[in-house]
Amino acid sequence: MPDATGLELLAKELRESEGIGAEAILGTLYFRGHATLEVQPQHIRAVLALLRERGYASMMSVHGVDYYPHEPRLGVHYELLDMSKVDRVTVTVRVPTEAPELDSVTPDGEDGKGWPTADHQEREIYDMFGVAFHGHPDMRRILMPEDYEGHPQRRDFPVGGEPVIFTHNEHESSGVTR
Amino acid sequence: MEIKRETVRSSAPTGQGQGGVEIDSSGLRVNKHDAKELLRGAELLGPTAPASMDGEELERYVHERVLTTTLEKAVSWGRSNSFFPLAFGLACCAMEQFQTAGPRMDIARFGFEAFRASPRQADLIILAGRVSIKMAPIIRRLYDQMLEPKWAISMGACCSSMGVFNNYALVPADKFMPIDVHVPGCPPRPEGLMHGILKLRKMVQDDPDAGWRERYDARGTEEILPGA
Repeated sequence: MPDATGLELLAKELRESEGIGAEAILGTLYFRGHATLEVQPQHIRAVLALLRERGYASMMSVHGVDYYPHEPRLGVHYELLDMSKVDRVTVTVRVPTEAPELDSVTPDGEDGKGWPTADHQEREIYDMFGVAFHGHPDMRRILMPEDYEGHPQRRDFPVGGEPVIFTHNEHESSGVTR
Repeated sequence: MEIKRETVRSSAPTGQGQGGVEIDSSGLRVNKHDAKELLRGAELLGPTAPASMDGEELERYVHERVLTTTLEKAVSWGRSNSFFPLAFGLACCAMEQFQTAGPRMDIARFGFEAFRASPRQADLIILAGRVSIKMAPIIRRLYDQMLEPKWAISMGACCSSMGVFNNYALVPADKFMPIDVHVPGCPPRPEGLMHGILKLRKMVQDDPDAGWRERYDARGTEEILPGA
């Protein structure tokens, strides 16, 4: 991990670098030894490309988060790892539920190489949280059936479940005629 | 200590046997022939009745050696003692399912050890684990591919009542296919699954009508009707 000072230095370095403005880095968070950079959604690809140049060349995972009731509600976390220094940093973006859209980091583009490992994880975030990733090569649901409605890991999604059929209420089950 | 050696005499008694029948190899053959004749009703024909035994003696001979039953009972006895389960596991319950086939529980004692890799050869499907919404149509398809008569065991809490995963992801097995026996547990021990299979065996032997076809009023919907 970069320590708290290292995180601030990293943020400063990114703000001063070419290609993204100073406003692209919204803030830093150092909590329980874990360094987090919060980034504006439209700059996520550029920031990740800059971090890759600084050694954070391995994307360990991509998560979705629902921060309900805080706004903007949905978050996407990218966990980066520097394999030589064994150093981790988390990059987060927040998107509102009204327009849950984000650039995909999976494909290669004009602004740099992509992160192929993000492919299935972005699909999973789309499936579970409904964040649509622009430019993703195969933006489909991955876990739920294709015709499923809703995004079940959102916190306002009902817990639901099926009524359990026991012997005493078996006749209420569908398909039983007596 | 001195070991005593003794010539063991032939065990076949030379005199009257238990049923009052002489047992030697030639006599046995004759008696067998006579029993066949009796079963064919030869005795009723009078003069053609077997000559080597008289009526009462022959009657006793046949009763000692022939077991009569109904065809249905014989068939369900055979079915219930040779389930061919589908080699198929869904989640952690499958570990216990494998162990049921292992040496400690030894499902082969009852003749169920032939786990089949194809649904066409299986007549018992054990749903060992949780069934997700996306998996349900696949399992239903496997079940539909199995030939009649077929049975299903729902093993563990997940596919009976969805257990701790009663949420968006899972669907109970009763919703999409008929289940004959539910085995509770999370996961059930091999003994539990064994108990469930033996319950099913008992059901097939004693009361085939307790199966899903009766419960769902589905008689006559078999894919291949007898005699067709």
